[in-house]
Amino acid sequence: MTRSLAITRLRLTDFRNYTRAELALDARPVALAGPNGAGKTNLLEAVSMLSPGRGLRRAKLDSLRRAGNGETAPAWGVAATIARAGETHEITTGVAPEAPNRRIVKIDGTNAPAADLTALIPMVWLTPAQDRLFMGPPGDRRRFLDRLTLAAAPDHARNASTYEKAMRERQRLLDDNVFDPSWLGALEARMAESGAAMAAARARTLSRLAEQIAASPDTAFPTAALALDGALEEAALAGETPETIAESFTRKLAEARNRDAAAGRALSGPHRSDLRVTHREKDAPAAQCSTGEQKALLTGLILAQARALAADHGIGPIVLLDEAAAHLDPDRRAALIAELNDLGAQAWLTGVESRLFEAFTTDAQMFRVETGEITPG
Amino acid sequence: MADSAAGPEIERLIALLAKLPGLGPRSARRAALQLIRKRDVLMVPLAEAMADAADKIKICSNCGNIDARDPCAICASPKREDSLICVVEQVGDLWALERASAYKGRYHVLGGALSALDGVRPEDLNIARLIKRARNGGISEVILALSMTVDGATTAHYITDRLQALGVSVTSIARGVPMGGELDYLDDGTLAAALKSRRPF
Repeated sequence: MTRSLAITRLRLTDFRNYTRAELALDARPVALAGPNGAGKTNLLEAVSMLSPGRGLRRAKLDSLRRAGNGETAPAWGVAATIARAGETHEITTGVAPEAPNRRIVKIDGTNAPAADLTALIPMVWLTPAQDRLFMGPPGDRRRFLDRLTLAAAPDHARNASTYEKAMRERQRLLDDNVFDPSWLGALEARMAESGAAMAAARARTLSRLAEQIAASPDTAFPTAALALDGALEEAALAGETPETIAESFTRKLAEARNRDAAAGRALSGPHRSDLRVTHREKDAPAAQCSTGEQKALLTGLILAQARALAADHGIGPIVLLDEAAAHLDPDRRAALIAELNDLGAQAWLTGVESRLFEAFTTDAQMFRVETGEITPG
Repeated sequence: MADSAAGPEIERLIALLAKLPGLGPRSARRAALQLIRKRDVLMVPLAEAMADAADKIKICSNCGNIDARDPCAICASPKREDSLICVVEQVGDLWALERASAYKGRYHVLGGALSALDGVRPEDLNIARLIKRARNGGISEVILALSMTVDGATTAHYITDRLQALGVSVTSIARGVPMGGELDYLDDGTLAAALKSRRPF
């Protein structure tokens, strides 16, 4: 089959534990095997830096520089050649020594905003840090959903930061006992406008995921039923327009001033929404499923997201799966690999043992990773 | 910092220059050297111009603009339309609008934007004076030319709310496609705003 998006060359410079590393690749899946601490996840993280944001560990930019023996490299860089729908592009990213906290992105040799990477090289990932997603605090699930939303609605980030800023401004007024109705009203209008846009984007993401889940009933992964806990999102899912949602949220915020002043924070709004996931076959909330089932649910969700992105962009996303195979039984592992192949984009997998990738040894590029050294095989 | 090569007078000059916007320590040193090299044609006239400006510059008590006289040249000009007030955050914004020479009304400089987190309250801004000007009558339209940031939008909303009671029409400058701009390069938010404020051609 032909894959329309792949990294064909990857070069790391002073990134995490790699002084220098270079991989020449073709479009097949990339499987990385090696002991703990060898640098497999670092390699996936380097790939994840080819998308906007802070990568799959959400690391600080300056902490990506190679450090050791009391020395820290002055800068780091990741360069990639990608083959995309018959064209080749060069992407480089990294920091300069004089500004280790400012990311530079170049596409085909020209400086570009990081946001431009979303369309050029769509990407999704699953990491062990997400294993506790269903058990953890709502904020984790909200961030998970927002990341999925961001891939399809680049505006989402700006709306979220507008909302956050207006909310903090409003809370400061309430904390300082400044009950100026004009000022509070102005801030609440900002919150309502951006909050309604956020809710609408989240609701759209949820619907697209649900469509993709419904469209693949024969998947080996458990089917997730998705719901959003949050008044604004529920209204958006019920088909209300952003204007109506904003209007009613403005009213609610005005009514809640005393309550929010006493609480020291805004008690309702899209900053408190939660993603509710249910294991449909078992009819049980995801949090009550076994660890393995949770991982399978999550993997199914990521695959649904990948299919949704493929439908939107007309190009399958790069899928990064860190230690995803270990928790799956052999049948599901084989199914995962088959589904990744169907996506039409390059997948990157890590595992402690190469045995985990047996199901696709013939159709994958195997690498061994040992203390910052990458060798084929 | 290493031992300085220059005496305290020059060091002081460099330190002050480095506080100017757009200048760092390195460019401040270069600027200082240039001033010293061209002492008669640059440094002395600059010092005189600065002393003169420091002595004479006032803030216009009507609109908040800066000028050597009060009321400022714009407020005093008989050629300007009295019924229009354009509200800006900073004097720099006023200058930008004047450079465009597309506006022939009066101005009102707020001196910033509302920000609870930065401790900028309505009483810290030139808002009371604006309401007084609007209340005095003869104003048909207040045009808000504020930044498209959360603070700018909040301030615009606040002022609109306060002026509404006076029956003054409040408008806001358009947001959207810049002149000579290609749609392909615009961010989604700007495009959406441009589409929303479309008008008959």
